[in-house]
Amino acid sequence: MSNKILIYIDQFQGAALPASWEALGVSSAIASDLSGEVLALVIGQDIKQVVSDAYQYGADQVYYADDASLKDYRPEPYTALIAKIASEQMPDVILFPTTTRGRELAGMSAIDLDTGVLPDVTQYTIRDGRILVTRPVYAGKLLVNATCDKNPQIITLRGRAFDKPEHDPSRSGEPIQVETVMAADDIQTEVIEYSTAEDGVSLTDAAVIVSGGRGVSNNPNLTAPDDLDEKQAEIWRAQQGFMLVGELAAVLDAAVGASRAAVDAGYVPYDIQVGQTGKVVSPDLYIACGISGAIQHLAGMRTSKVIVAINKDPDAPIFKLARFGVVGDLYQILPPLTETLRERLDK
Amino acid sequence: MNIVVCIKQTPDSAAKVVAENGQVSWGDSPLVMNPWDEYAVEAALTMQEEQGGDVTVISIGEEGVKDALKTGLAMGCSNAFLISDPAMQNADSQAVARVLAAAIQKIENVDIAFFGRQAIDGDMGVTAAQTARVLGWPILSLASSVGAVNGSIRVERNVEEGRQVVEGKLPVAVSVVKDIGDPRYPSFMGIRKANRATIPVWTLADLGIEAPDTNVRWPEIMNPPEHEITNEIVSGDSPDEIATILADKILSEKVL
Repeated sequence: MSNKILIYIDQFQGAALPASWEALGVSSAIASDLSGEVLALVIGQDIKQVVSDAYQYGADQVYYADDASLKDYRPEPYTALIAKIASEQMPDVILFPTTTRGRELAGMSAIDLDTGVLPDVTQYTIRDGRILVTRPVYAGKLLVNATCDKNPQIITLRGRAFDKPEHDPSRSGEPIQVETVMAADDIQTEVIEYSTAEDGVSLTDAAVIVSGGRGVSNNPNLTAPDDLDEKQAEIWRAQQGFMLVGELAAVLDAAVGASRAAVDAGYVPYDIQVGQTGKVVSPDLYIACGISGAIQHLAGMRTSKVIVAINKDPDAPIFKLARFGVVGDLYQILPPLTETLRERLDK
Repeated sequence: MNIVVCIKQTPDSAAKVVAENGQVSWGDSPLVMNPWDEYAVEAALTMQEEQGGDVTVISIGEEGVKDALKTGLAMGCSNAFLISDPAMQNADSQAVARVLAAAIQKIENVDIAFFGRQAIDGDMGVTAAQTARVLGWPILSLASSVGAVNGSIRVERNVEEGRQVVEGKLPVAVSVVKDIGDPRYPSFMGIRKANRATIPVWTLADLGIEAPDTNVRWPEIMNPPEHEITNEIVSGDSPDEIATILADKILSEKVL
């Protein structure tokens, strides 16, 4: 009997998250090492495109559950389906992308299948037929090697840590439909409403991130409107600074991030905090503006490929990680930098 | 409302953590309540203020973990229990979830179990969902606000694509993020009460369970490889000139 690798394809409203395809690429690589086959599982409603893409990105067999009760992600019915397929197919390995849904489902499936879970893995090797993973701990200040002694080995793979596989439009297959496990009435949660984020680029998927810190409010030449108190004036100044950050981000199709200091000062919402108590990111290019580089911020972005720092303080710790540093005022540097890159990139 | 908060003790987030001889070292930094869990305590106490009832804070670990539980008491939690057993020495997340679930069942009639989103040491981020699964309760994860409505808990939660409002029927497990609101500081009276408190210790036998299986092993702890970074400070006569040089240097890295 051949080894089986089961991969959960995380999707939202009929579109797969990029980390799903990266994880599918890893599934294929593991399957080829273990002479196994890749089973993909897609759960939701109106997911035909994701199912056919799963074949084209390398799945050998796609299972799907398409039902109105699965339209909104809810962990309980989704976990029940994953556990059902896993019990029937007995995969050696189950992979998930490390998305909010993927991580949760991996943990819950591990309980149902009475096995261990290794979340947010950034590297792996295969030793004696078992997966030996490397995962960051302490927000990347340390790494651990870890294994799970029992099958299925449940692993979630960090986005942007693995290459996206080739899309081969000539691949196809006959997907197998799976019946839902939980009756709609038995599901104890209900999604009441939903609002999509305004900007398209999510921080953890972004190839480029432009971040602002406490320093973005530091422009003595800006005069805030008279009716603001001191704190409001500081936030107003910070917002002017974050506008410059946002303009550069727009030219680079980048996501906007922030340091904890900027979030704690009330400049920007917590959603975009990068660092140990925010999001851990690893883009190709990270531009830090007015961020001094507290250890807990550095922990969240240190694995970025190229780091650029703009800061007034030549002793700011961020410069130690920066490929390129500018000791200067972001208010003076960002506008011409944005303009020059706009021209060079023909935006 | 009968509320439990599950917390962990971790090194302070400002600690300089390194691997030394295969062990984790955090120097002189103090061990504290996991920073994320402070938000869980805050959410629990806010819920208690609105709905009444008790807030019990629990943790697994050795005797020293009582300090983190005392932080919970000082913030205003009513009771604290420590689960301590040599069998939990190298427990994996699944074993932790099974033990937390057993403790929540021993406390009886719990309506909500609160968790922080993850612990800043292991960065697993699965304990809330796994414990909920063991209990057979719905999980409402990554909540940025929590409220009670007619026998259900309604949360707003952050996911990749935006914000969702979700309701779950009691009993329910909830993990919270920072948006829930700044954790309160321990009051003077709270600190006095916490210092005088005797925190009961439960073994696995007290919970009526055998040690759950641990399947995950992590034999190696390493410092991350040093990135070879050539630091280059870009300078020039004017901001325009600096910006132009910087733009060309960024483009030369071929990451755009």
